[in-house]
Amino acid sequence: MPLQKLTDLTSSKELFVNLTLRELRSKYKRSVLGWTWSLLNPLTSLLIYGFVFALIFGVRAPAGDPSGIDSFAMFLMCGLLPYNFLANGLNGGMGALIGNGNLVKKVFFPREILVASITASWVVSFLIELAVLAVALVFFGNVIVLWIPMVLLLVALEVVFVLGLALMLSAAAVYFRDLQHLLGIVLQVWFYSAPIVYPMSLVEDELGTTGWKITLYNLNPLTRFVEAFRDVMYDMRMPALDHLAFLFGASAASLLAGLAVFSRLEGKIAEEL
Amino acid sequence: MGDVVVRADGVWKKFRLYHERNQSLKAAVMRRGRATYEDFWALKDVSFEVPAGTTFALVGHNGSGKSTMLKTLARILRADKGSCAVQGKVSALLELGAGFHPELSGRENVYLNGAILGLPKRELDKRFDDIVGFAGLERFIDSPVKNYSSGMYVRLGFSVAINVDPDVLLIDEVLAVGDEEFQRKCLERVADLRAAGKTIVVVTHALSTVRNMCDQAVWLEQGEVKATGTGDEVADEYLGTVQVEIQAEEDAQEEPRWSRLRIGEVEVLDAQGRPTTRVATGDEVTFRMRYETNEPIDDPIFSFALTTPEGVLVTGPNTKEAHVSVDKIEGEGTVSLHVPRLLLLHGAYDITIDCTNRDVTHSYDRRAKVIRFDVVPGTPHETYGGLFSVDGRFSID
Repeated sequence: MPLQKLTDLTSSKELFVNLTLRELRSKYKRSVLGWTWSLLNPLTSLLIYGFVFALIFGVRAPAGDPSGIDSFAMFLMCGLLPYNFLANGLNGGMGALIGNGNLVKKVFFPREILVASITASWVVSFLIELAVLAVALVFFGNVIVLWIPMVLLLVALEVVFVLGLALMLSAAAVYFRDLQHLLGIVLQVWFYSAPIVYPMSLVEDELGTTGWKITLYNLNPLTRFVEAFRDVMYDMRMPALDHLAFLFGASAASLLAGLAVFSRLEGKIAEEL
Repeated sequence: MGDVVVRADGVWKKFRLYHERNQSLKAAVMRRGRATYEDFWALKDVSFEVPAGTTFALVGHNGSGKSTMLKTLARILRADKGSCAVQGKVSALLELGAGFHPELSGRENVYLNGAILGLPKRELDKRFDDIVGFAGLERFIDSPVKNYSSGMYVRLGFSVAINVDPDVLLIDEVLAVGDEEFQRKCLERVADLRAAGKTIVVVTHALSTVRNMCDQAVWLEQGEVKATGTGDEVADEYLGTVQVEIQAEEDAQEEPRWSRLRIGEVEVLDAQGRPTTRVATGDEVTFRMRYETNEPIDDPIFSFALTTPEGVLVTGPNTKEAHVSVDKIEGEGTVSLHVPRLLLLHGAYDITIDCTNRDVTHSYDRRAKVIRFDVVPGTPHETYGGLFSVDGRFSID
């Protein structure tokens, strides 16, 4: 059944492209700054977190190993962008069915395309942000050209991970409208539970390098994503293989669970909306 | 006629009527379980088949389940029991312009809507001018649709939907959009599709549509199939009950109320003066009514109205406008309307009789649709629809 969904998705490629374009066009239409909004957001976060954590709390970013880069801003951005994509993808995906209620109730097409197209629109933003970050990294001495395929692989893994969760949330949100509020809280907790504004070394100081505490901390897929992105873009080194294997597993599990939940709930969505 | 392309096979559809809706996680947790609800069967064992290239109507009162049936065919709703099968590309006109994005231009929305309805971009490129031309929106196609009037909005929606080139078209009473001119264009377009051998399933109240456009129909009542047959058969049967209901109501009210005058039997007589309910176009016909009074009435007006079963008034002659002075009536009598040549065309017609005072301020008695008669083709011979013949003469120079 879940595999059937996947073939549905590929056969409606055209619709998928069109809906994604609709998302992208409408996102910044009729706003003076247009696309720059997409970059202004992470930039603001950078200023805020930089001010609070680097300046006030004196958090030091570890020097890149082996890249040698030493910049809190770059260190932060390498973790913040993957988180932003996760948060935007889940928020957007959750509203995919509710927000397109009149479409779902009046026209038939594979519904998962709505979720997929919203996720895709955020992937586009994510890629643009990463490109800008890559250019910025060059100024700090990190020429990551050769690492681009690795970055794209990580992006692909995270997309699959986010899509799975978004499918689940979008269908569940039809039944429980207040999931949206809950998601806001979860995302906030998730943000601080991963080493985005602080380095992993501080966590290891506190929780140790072995033992159940650090294992638990590392079970968080976001932690692994942030670490992997940082390995590639900040440190310019290959992420540990067990890290990658974990991410593969998490993404596959998320997508399968998402498709399963979605196909279970989808039959009644038109009448519950 | 060909293979069956749309098939409903014992379709049951259940809705939940929630007593107290809990659409929130909080409420669900607090109440520890599901909301209380009642099952409501909107469709009960509905079966029908639509052969390829025919037009099929779903008729019924409001809430009879006909729209639910259509949505189930369109795969928007899923049947609880039984199955629906539709072969070929389906385009459903359930709501026009569903999925238009207000901020996007008409052009962008045409492509988006086309994609939603399953039209590849290549095809859309080819038909784009047709679509815009049909909607008559050439000048506005690049402005955002939020600035469109509601008429422009549905026109564009209809234009896209109808240009999808479906094998099966599902229509839900949406043809009543736009101004008269656009409606005419819509009907023409649907007629073109019929002529092109497309299969059409339409949900409608308009019995004239059922009679004129539909080969077959099914009548749903509270989710159950009440009748199936040709468009005419089902329309007659459907009207029959509406008729009986109205009649029963009127009888119940009016029977004991009559005081001064009562309209009695109403008859249609042929040229020989024999009662009939079947005449041909061009025949000599007399409509005759009996009345009885229990006190003398000065100067009443009698009127005979002919209507179609759908309620369209064809003609309504009365004694006053015909300058027939009735003076005073007393006891029993008859009033006749003699028609030397009846120019009504093929179809069923109802007669409504009314008797009022001279100023038409008070009705002594009124009998709506007391008798129905059928007109069969005669001379002038016309079989392309319409209500009456102008009995003209062609000349070709």
